[in-house]
Amino acid sequence: MIKAILIFNNHGKPRLIRFYQYFAEDMQQQIIRETFHLVSKRDDNVCNFLEGGSLIGGSDYKLIYRHYATLYFVFCVDSSESELGILDLIQVFVETLDKCFENVCELDLIFHMDKVHCILQEVVMGGMVLETNMNEIVAQVEMQNRMEKSEGGLSAAPARAVSAVKNMNLPEMPRNINIGDINIKVPSLSPF
Amino acid sequence: MSDVVERTLTALPGLLSLDLQTGAGKLSSTSKLGNLIRSITELTSKHDEEKLIKRELAAIKEQVSSPNTTMRQMKETMVRSIYCEMLGYEADFTYIHAIKLAQQGSVLEKRVGYLAVSLFLNENHELLLLLVNTVLKDLQSTNLIEVCMALTVVSQIFPRDMIPAILPLVEEKLNHPKEIIRRKAVQALHKFYLIAPNQVQHIHSKFRKALCDKDPGVMAASLHIYLQMIKESADSYRDLAGSFVTILKQVVGGKLPVDYNYHSVPAPWVQIQLLRILALLGKDDQSTSELMYDVLDESIRRAEINHNITYAILFECVKTIYTIHPKEELLEKAAKCIGNFVLSPKINLKYLGLKALTYVVQQDANLALQHQMTIIECLDHSDIIIKRETLELLFRITNAQNVTVIVEKMLDFLRLCHEDYAIIDLVAKVAELAEKYAPDNRWFIETMSTIFTVGGELMQPDIPSNFLRLLAEGSDSVEDDRLLRTYAVDSYVSLLQTNPTKLPQRFLQVISWVLGEYSHLVDDLSPCLVIDLLVRLLERPAVASDTRSWVMTAVGKLSTGAGGGTGAGGGTAEGGAGLVQRVSQQHSSSLDTQLRQQALELQLLSQDPELHTRVLPRGAVWGSLEVDSSLSFLDGFVSEALARGAAPYKPPHQRQEELRQEKALSLEPYALSLPISLSSCSIADRQSPTLLSISSGLSGNSTELPHRAGSGSLKLEGVKRVWGKDGYLPQREVPEGPSILQEASAPAPQTFPQQGGALTPPSADPSEEDRDKQQLASSLFVGLSSHNSTCLMGKPEAPVPQRFRRKHKNTDSASASSSSDSSHSPHDAANHFLYSSLLEEGPASPIMLAQNSLAPPKRTEANGTHTRGDTPVLPTANGVAEVGDQEAPPSLTMANEEAPSPGVGRHRDPPLLMGGMKLVQPCPPHPAPRASTQSSAEGADPPQLPELPPEPDHLPPELRNLPHSDMAPLASDQSLSLSCCRVHREDALVLVLQMSNACGAALLDVSVELQCHELKVASLRGNALESLPAQSVRVCWYTLLMEAPHTHVMVTGSVSYREESGPSHALEISSKLSLADFLRPLVLSTEEYGKLWLSLSQDVKQNLTLLDPDGDPLCSSLSVLKDKLQLHVVDIIGSEGIVACKLLQGAPCLLHCRVHAGALAVWLRSPVPGLPDCLLYHLQRALQER
Repeated sequence: MIKAILIFNNHGKPRLIRFYQYFAEDMQQQIIRETFHLVSKRDDNVCNFLEGGSLIGGSDYKLIYRHYATLYFVFCVDSSESELGILDLIQVFVETLDKCFENVCELDLIFHMDKVHCILQEVVMGGMVLETNMNEIVAQVEMQNRMEKSEGGLSAAPARAVSAVKNMNLPEMPRNINIGDINIKVPSLSPF
Repeated sequence: MSDVVERTLTALPGLLSLDLQTGAGKLSSTSKLGNLIRSITELTSKHDEEKLIKRELAAIKEQVSSPNTTMRQMKETMVRSIYCEMLGYEADFTYIHAIKLAQQGSVLEKRVGYLAVSLFLNENHELLLLLVNTVLKDLQSTNLIEVCMALTVVSQIFPRDMIPAILPLVEEKLNHPKEIIRRKAVQALHKFYLIAPNQVQHIHSKFRKALCDKDPGVMAASLHIYLQMIKESADSYRDLAGSFVTILKQVVGGKLPVDYNYHSVPAPWVQIQLLRILALLGKDDQSTSELMYDVLDESIRRAEINHNITYAILFECVKTIYTIHPKEELLEKAAKCIGNFVLSPKINLKYLGLKALTYVVQQDANLALQHQMTIIECLDHSDIIIKRETLELLFRITNAQNVTVIVEKMLDFLRLCHEDYAIIDLVAKVAELAEKYAPDNRWFIETMSTIFTVGGELMQPDIPSNFLRLLAEGSDSVEDDRLLRTYAVDSYVSLLQTNPTKLPQRFLQVISWVLGEYSHLVDDLSPCLVIDLLVRLLERPAVASDTRSWVMTAVGKLSTGAGGGTGAGGGTAEGGAGLVQRVSQQHSSSLDTQLRQQALELQLLSQDPELHTRVLPRGAVWGSLEVDSSLSFLDGFVSEALARGAAPYKPPHQRQEELRQEKALSLEPYALSLPISLSSCSIADRQSPTLLSISSGLSGNSTELPHRAGSGSLKLEGVKRVWGKDGYLPQREVPEGPSILQEASAPAPQTFPQQGGALTPPSADPSEEDRDKQQLASSLFVGLSSHNSTCLMGKPEAPVPQRFRRKHKNTDSASASSSSDSSHSPHDAANHFLYSSLLEEGPASPIMLAQNSLAPPKRTEANGTHTRGDTPVLPTANGVAEVGDQEAPPSLTMANEEAPSPGVGRHRDPPLLMGGMKLVQPCPPHPAPRASTQSSAEGADPPQLPELPPEPDHLPPELRNLPHSDMAPLASDQSLSLSCCRVHREDALVLVLQMSNACGAALLDVSVELQCHELKVASLRGNALESLPAQSVRVCWYTLLMEAPHTHVMVTGSVSYREESGPSHALEISSKLSLADFLRPLVLSTEEYGKLWLSLSQDVKQNLTLLDPDGDPLCSSLSVLKDKLQLHVVDIIGSEGIVACKLLQGAPCLLHCRVHAGALAVWLRSPVPGLPDCLLYHLQRALQER
């Protein structure tokens, strides 16, 4: 079972947190910190699995993570999940995000937290993998989005707001970086 | 697409065909969330962030509580509070609004509401109940999306108690035309199964339907449930193995829609799931495994694309192949796959390869040999995870020959490692290896020292205590022990002399214990020197206070050596004593009370050498130590106080109960009266000191009690035991040191598998690197090739004997003597007795099993009261009572007083032996033994030879007077017929098997074997006969003890025999015993009952049908119960009756029966969890049968 899904950026700022097992609020924060601490000091050329954070489940607890540009996607799972399977599930999730947001970037995750959660709900439900078929996930999400537009579309703000937001100064990033660089690069699909 | 959605869509104006990207644009830079995020990102310090979020939360609070806030604004606010929560700031005031939003909002707002609820709340949150109605409503909605959302939230979070409310609706959704709904419904049911498996018992057939669903997604979702259920009990689902194989075949064969392909691999996650299920199903089951061979083969064959996900499938295949019943051909392929993994340049695959190797190495050590060079490379890998996995693998292949090299590698890793988790894990492993395979003393002590240094405060506390225990209990050879101990002392002294500052506290504790206990073994070591070293530790500020008390204790132990001036140390003796004096004075005013107490004790002890030797005898034999946890030496004090009118002690929970009683209306059936008499308070509570102290006449039992009671947290290892039953001077030393020797088998020859050059660490010189690796390989993998799997962990040990075998694990568990450790099942011990004495004395030697240690609380109480001449009636079986047992109480003390029989003589501590069992050695020709626990009937009848039951159908005389059932036929064939009879002895159920030879010739080598997993079975006598003469009858007995309650147990067994000139036969027997056979009446007074009632916790209530509703229903019902279940009716008052019984000599169970509205309301209490339930079952049966 998947115990938790954590997404944070290179500075450890949480971007999406979803626990499938109950932890008290301060424990959650501690887990996020510890996980970030473990994951962030690893090079890019080492394996994507980590064992034994002491916080969630001891020896029956693994971290499986991927690092995309500015974001870490970390799945905390127990031994009943396949390591490589989860690794590709992350890939599926990110590709789905990319399809839904068109060139997904960290800002999309910040400003559309609720939508990202909804997409995630279609992939993983209650700690179990629900759907791995990308088209199906996108279809589901779109079905819900159409609903949304039927309600709120009329008052939708003009598209320029996107660029306004994306140009916003985020101190964690160098000032002169252009928008393209904070896009999450979906890694090439060839095996790593 | 559903009609509903489509209708909604057509209703939309065309201009709304905006895509998602513009949806993002809705967030104008002026939106509140935008503002919040922007201001947060502009902040520089955590403190500022806190201030900002506080402000934000205040704003949110204001907004949500304002009545003018629209749902739309509420949704926006909710997203903001989700954001705050994510950052770790609690926004609990919004929870209720989240629920409200889910309830009242339109679809989109509802979605956010549900999301917020599932993020904010946990399963036990009280607000969650408010959600139930909303979920119910949405489940019935015609809008697909609402149904979807409801199912989603249900599968994330739902209150367990409310499942029945929505279960029918969710079940209904399994037939929904839309597959996404079906899929989510299955997922929701899975969630229900996880949190409340009983509630979905009845819909297992629907799971099967889901498995056969035409939509692959629904089928895949149902696999989650099956995986879970099969994990719990594979046997019940073996019939589905064929279906799973077929499904997997179809998936692998590409029969699923192309949509399900991922990188042109068909539905890889489904494959993985299926492979896992197959592994669970095929484990230990050949026929099921055979079904899978084909599809596994095909899976491996098809997984050829070089992509991550195919490797995921391959890995699962490998695991499955090694889990199920092996097939040579597949194993070869799997081994090849593992090879590919291990050799892969991709680091993830290498990691998995090592994992797979670790997994299979226990079955096939040669595989590790094939890859030894790769493994060695992995040892120096830059990735720490790979290194750790490699060490894990090495840990599995460690044997006596390569242990030094492997442990060296592990320690190298440990020295560089900074991760707590890794350290804890590895330290435990090294300690285990060191203890198991240490080649010599020096290595062992040094390794342990390194562990203590590296592990520091992180390591599991049982590592030091195990180590000390090992030192203390010693091995089989006294000389070895001495060497080990002196070596330890030497190395610790030199450690303290060089640099004690860096040593962790735990290590210091170990050191001071060892020095205190064993430094006298080293001749040329002056106690003064040691004391001086220890005292210096006391002066260091970094030494923690609990360590100080260890040090203090050690100084105390050493102070005689210093003061008394034995032998060589005479000259410096005065200095030592002075030092001790100084220390004790210095600390006698310490603020630390513990330390102060110890200092004062030390002061006294050092002035009185005689007292000192009594309190802290040197070289006391372990195991002979007794802890009188019941503090029986205070008995006198207590009884005096009671006599003077003090209130008896009440345990906290009882006090609480009383307090509650005072406050609330009395719901308890008995008013609490507290007579200040000894007789009644003795029964008050099983754990009250008064009771225990009475029982403490049985030292064996009293030392066992704390363990039995599950309070194992009390670690007695490594603590000098100073309180005993005689007060603060116990440590009855049994001067039988040499007896250990007698008992010990000859020490096994030690081997020192030093492999010459193989042990040299690899040098850094690149030119020699390869050769070094080769060498390392040969030293790491030595011992694997020759006798591969036999030497691996978890298998029988290699020819080299384990050096530091804990004595109590082998010899002692057999003798059951010094085991204060009650973890060994007495059943094993019984077997051992059986076995060993069979060897010694031939097949027919009967063995008597005496009362076993569990019998206790009630029984011991009986003894205690008896010896004190008090009045309570002894709990006795009906039958026994008639024979007048008052003169001869079934007594354990009797056994204590008996001279140890030859079998017991070897054990150095007979009283403790009673903790286990008593062995009497009767050989058929000798006079029959007097079993210690034989009931009083024996007192009247002189014991007779049980081998000679004079005529058929007669019980052995000592059992004849006990209540027993009729002889019931069990099994028979042409020559032998078996029948059995249950005899209710006070402390056990005796099963008497009667074997009658019906044919004309004698039967030879008749032997009976009986077993039952739930019971403790011991053969009393006659279970093996050399011959059974023609037309004769013999009996054999078994005593059965039930420790944990069961409603029914099956006893199975077989009787084998041989005809004089013919083949051998075996007769299978089985017999079902009910709990009623193990119940005994518990005789007590109403007052005692009331007290016991209050002290018990396990509580069950139930209404039963009444008998004889017209006459006196209570009396007649109770008397039926009394007769059928051997209960004791304590009292009947009006329409209420109180009844008591116990499980053999063990746990009591109290019943309170009341006639109420035409039914018998029964309320049961017992200290044992299952007992009320089991008893209730039999109560129902007993009343129904009438």
